[in-house]
Amino acid sequence: MKLLTHNMLTSHVKGVTCGYPLLIQATEVKLNDVDFNAEFVARMIPKMEWSALVGAADSLGHLNDLPKDLVSDYENNEDFLRKVHHILLEVEVLEGTLKCPESGEFPVSKGVPNMLLNEDRVLRHPKTWIGLGCVSVCVVM
Amino acid sequence: MKKMKLKELESCLQQVDVFEEPKLLLEQYPTRPHIAACMLYTIHNTFDDIENKLVADLGCGCGVLSVGAAVLGAGLCVGFDIDKDALEIFSSNAEQFELPNIDMIQFDVCLLQSDRFSKRFDTVIMNPPFGTKRNKGMDMQFLTTALNMATGAVYSLHKTSTREHIQKKADDWKVKMEVIAELRYDLPASYKFHKKKLVDIEVDFIRFMK
Repeated sequence: MKLLTHNMLTSHVKGVTCGYPLLIQATEVKLNDVDFNAEFVARMIPKMEWSALVGAADSLGHLNDLPKDLVSDYENNEDFLRKVHHILLEVEVLEGTLKCPESGEFPVSKGVPNMLLNEDRVLRHPKTWIGLGCVSVCVVM
Repeated sequence: MKKMKLKELESCLQQVDVFEEPKLLLEQYPTRPHIAACMLYTIHNTFDDIENKLVADLGCGCGVLSVGAAVLGAGLCVGFDIDKDALEIFSSNAEQFELPNIDMIQFDVCLLQSDRFSKRFDTVIMNPPFGTKRNKGMDMQFLTTALNMATGAVYSLHKTSTREHIQKKADDWKVKMEVIAELRYDLPASYKFHKKKLVDIEVDFIRFMK
């Protein structure tokens, strides 16, 4: 789970009025090398809840020296964009828990956060094997 | 700009591992490499909606579409699926292909109406459940969610028989709808209730844009 993704996750538990942001308690974190693209990072910044992003990175000890407030004219500040790139895409939570500020916990396992509510965590439908083969013809108009 | 040929993309997607035990009631089946390649190639080359974009793959399953989007240079492709088994296979695929621009969430798409996802993604691509007897309306649920999440285009596959119904909905929502291609799935009879030997399903590849 990357922090860009985490920034969009919220609790859907009934009755919870403020299930955001989810607090990360990580037991395993991995760092990846992801190609840097300044334009992509600059476009992502306005889509993010900035304080939640910074808070998440900080809680994982990966904030480094990224400023807690958005720098003005960040689109042209490569140094700043590289730092943002790092926390958005290169820090990955592999194992841990996402805690809702009001109630509930969502596990992260093998890098995948499970956002299904408790009663939905068991698959709704029983497993049924089907033998399915598809042959397809694609006609592009 | 990655200049990958269609054949190369298709060969690449043939390496993607698929469901070991597809779950009938979730309408699980892998998107065929040929179809996925055609879709992604068009989305990338005709519309430039993949490279350096934030892409969502709803009902990603084992991740054929996501792997393809990542290979074509998506800034990040996030897969959403309800099934843990499928996501495990997707995870292993992402690792095998060494794609760092992929992420995934175990989620019920029907619950994705949170503001937090609204208008976050540049592009949504999907091969949603068609909404068979026990899953009725699922295709429209996926479409509603996708349109909510995307700032740009939504690319999806829907049964041709539902085209008129979807067009009407698109008009109501003031969403532009373009049928980019017509495809055909030939399914050997695999369900007890199939009387014919071969089931022919005509499918539209559609682009939606607000």
